[in-house]
Amino acid sequence: MAVITIREALNQALKEEMLRDDSIFLMGEEVGAYQGAYKVTKGLLDQFGEKRVIDTPITELGFAGLGVGAAMAGLRPVIEFMTFNFSILAADQIINSAAKMLYMSGGQYKIPIVYRGPGGSAFQVSSQHSQAMESWYAYFPGLKVVMPSTAADAKGLLKSAIRDDDPVIFIEQERMYGMKGEVPDDDDFLVPLGVADIKREGKDATIVARSLMVPAALKAAEILESDGVSCEVIDPRTIRPLDIQTIVESVKKTSRLVVAEESHPFCGVAAEISVQVMERAFDYLDAPIKRVSGADAPMPYAKNLENLAIPTADQIAAAVREVAYLD
Amino acid sequence: MSKPTPESSSRAVAEEESSTGVIDTEAEQGETSAIQRDQGKVKRQQKGRLGNLKREELIKLYHEMLLIRRFEEKCAEAYSLGKIGGFCHLYIGQEAVAVGAISAIRKDDYVLTSYREHGHAIAKGIAPEAVMAELFGKVTGCSHGKGGSMHLFDKSVNFLGGHAIVGGQIPLATGVAFASKYQGTDQVTLCFFGEAAVNQGAFHESLNMAQLWKLPCIYICENNQYGMGTSQDRAMSLRDVAQKACAYEIAAEFVDGMDVLAVREATLRAVERARKDYLPTLIEVRTYRFMGHSMSDPGNYRTRAEIERHQERDPIKLFLTNLKEQQLIDDGQVKKIETDVRETVEKAVRFAEESPEPPPEDLFKGVYANPISQGDK
Repeated sequence: MAVITIREALNQALKEEMLRDDSIFLMGEEVGAYQGAYKVTKGLLDQFGEKRVIDTPITELGFAGLGVGAAMAGLRPVIEFMTFNFSILAADQIINSAAKMLYMSGGQYKIPIVYRGPGGSAFQVSSQHSQAMESWYAYFPGLKVVMPSTAADAKGLLKSAIRDDDPVIFIEQERMYGMKGEVPDDDDFLVPLGVADIKREGKDATIVARSLMVPAALKAAEILESDGVSCEVIDPRTIRPLDIQTIVESVKKTSRLVVAEESHPFCGVAAEISVQVMERAFDYLDAPIKRVSGADAPMPYAKNLENLAIPTADQIAAAVREVAYLD
Repeated sequence: MSKPTPESSSRAVAEEESSTGVIDTEAEQGETSAIQRDQGKVKRQQKGRLGNLKREELIKLYHEMLLIRRFEEKCAEAYSLGKIGGFCHLYIGQEAVAVGAISAIRKDDYVLTSYREHGHAIAKGIAPEAVMAELFGKVTGCSHGKGGSMHLFDKSVNFLGGHAIVGGQIPLATGVAFASKYQGTDQVTLCFFGEAAVNQGAFHESLNMAQLWKLPCIYICENNQYGMGTSQDRAMSLRDVAQKACAYEIAAEFVDGMDVLAVREATLRAVERARKDYLPTLIEVRTYRFMGHSMSDPGNYRTRAEIERHQERDPIKLFLTNLKEQQLIDDGQVKKIETDVRETVEKAVRFAEESPEPPPEDLFKGVYANPISQGDK
C-alpha cells in the first residue's frame, strides 16, 4: 500500500478508468493544458490527448448538458466543475436532464456521468466560493451523491462512480486534497457506492460525519477518549443512497447521536439523517439527536469569522458531551 | 468554416438567391396584402422545387404532414374529453418543419426537440399508436407512460426526447453530436427549438461549443413568433435569429417554414456539412402555430384575423395545391390518403384506449439504472 494524497488518489482513479474504458472522457475548465485548477487532472492531457481530455470555455450549463447528451449516445463523461459553486449555473441540466432522463424515457436512456470537483469551504474564498451543495443534489431521485474523506475512499469511490450507470455527484473538499492516506495498489480497488464506513469503533456515542468533518470527528473522538467516552465515527461516504442501516445499528448500540456537517443546518443532510434515525430507532435513543452544522450565514471572508463558521473538533466533542449528559 | 456560408444568415442574400422563401417583416405586422404577395411567392418557389424529388417521395411528405395534422386534431379532441392530461402543445401549422427536416436525414441520425414534439416523433418514425398511448398515460406508450406529451422517447429510432425546460435540449443535442464525432460515426443530430429558446443561455453556450469543436449538430429554430403569449418583438432585441449565428461564426440559413421542400433542402445542405466535415448549422425556419401555446391557452394576445392570415399559407394546403396543379396527385389519391390517415389515427386512439395503465410498481422503476437499496453490502 502506497501513502498518497487525496489529490493523487483521484488522479489515479481517473487515469486507471480512462485506460480501462475508451468511452470515458474528461471535460471541464482548465482540466487539460493547465493540469487542473487543483491539479487533480495533472498529466492526463499528455497521456490521453485532446480527444479525451477537453478544456472547455467557462460555460457550465453548456458542458454539463453536453455531457448528458454524450451519455445518451453511449459515452461515459466525467465532468469537472472547478468548484461545485459553479455547478449552480448547471443545475438545470444536472437536475432536469441527468437525474430524470432514465425515468422519463421509460428506462431507455441511462446517463452514466460523473460530475466532480471540490465543494464546501476553502481558505478565505468568501461567500460565493465556499458552499456545501450536497443537500441540493441529494434531494433529487435519480442522482447519487458521493463525498469521500480519505485517499483510499477517494480513489475507490471515484472508480465506482465512473463505472456506475447513473449520474453521480462526486464532491471533493479543497482543504483535503493534500491529506495523505494508504491506498491499495490494486487497479481494481473499488469502494462500493451506498455503503457507510465505520472510521472508528466505539460504544458510548455515535458521530456521523462526512467529508471535512470526518477528520474533525476523529479528533473529537480522541479528545473524548481521554475523558473516558468511547465514540463511534461513521462516514456515510455516499449521501444518496444513504446507508442508514449502518448508522441505525450504531445508534442502537450507543443510544446517542451527533451529526456533524460543514453545510448550513437548514434542510441539510444532518436533518435528514436525524429524522431517519428517529423513525427507525427512536426507542433506542437516550438523548435528543444533536446537529453540529456550519453557520447559517453566507461564508465571510475575514479569517476569524470564517473559522467561526466551520464546525470544529471541539464543537463536536461538546455536542457529544451534551448528548451524553456529561456537562 | 470561419464565415457563414453563401446561403446564409442575411435575409437579403437569401431573398436575392431565391433559395429560401422570405416573409416580409411588414407582413407579419399585419399587412394582409404583403402576406398575400408572399403566399404567391412561396407557392411559386415551392413549385420550382417539386422537380427535385420523385413523385412517391413528394406524396410521402404530404401524407406525413396530413397524418400529423389529423393526429393533433385528435389530440385536441381527446384532451377536451379528459383522456390526455397535463400540458398538451399542438404542432398544427408547423408540420412542414418536422416533416421537411426529418425527411433529409437517415434513420440512424438523432433528433431532439422541445415539448411541442408529437410531429417530430411521428416524422422520426415512432408509431402513432405508441405516441398516442403515451399521451393517454399508458404503459404501451413510447416512454411507458412515464413521460407524457412533453417527454416522448424511442431509442429504436434515435428519438432522444422532448424536453420541457425551454432550451434544455440544445446542450443535450450538442452532446449527442459530440458523441458521434468522438465515436467517429457520420451520424448527424437535428435539434429543434422555438425562437423563445434563443434567449436562453443554453442556446448561446451550445452554438459556441458546436462551432469551436466542430460538432455535427443542426440547430433548427422553429420561429413561430410567439413564446407562449409573448410575441417575438416583445422578447428579442435582434429578431433575425439566423443572424445570431454570426456571433459564433456558424453557418446559417433562413427558410420559409410553410414550404416543406424549402425546409428539406436547407436541412439537406446542413446535413452534408455535418456528415462530411463535422460542421454545425443554424437554420431559422419561419413558421406559425395555428393553435394556442397549449390546450389551456385563451389566445388573447393575438387576433383571429392574424391567425387567419397565416392560415392562408397553410403548409399542407399550399403543398397540395402545388401537387395538384402539377398533376402529381389526383383527387382519388387525395381521398385515399385522407382515409388512410384517418384510419391510422383512429387505430392509434383505439390502441391507446385499450392499453393498460402502468402497473403501480412502475412508480419506482427506472429511477436508477444501478439501484442500491439502503445498506446494501
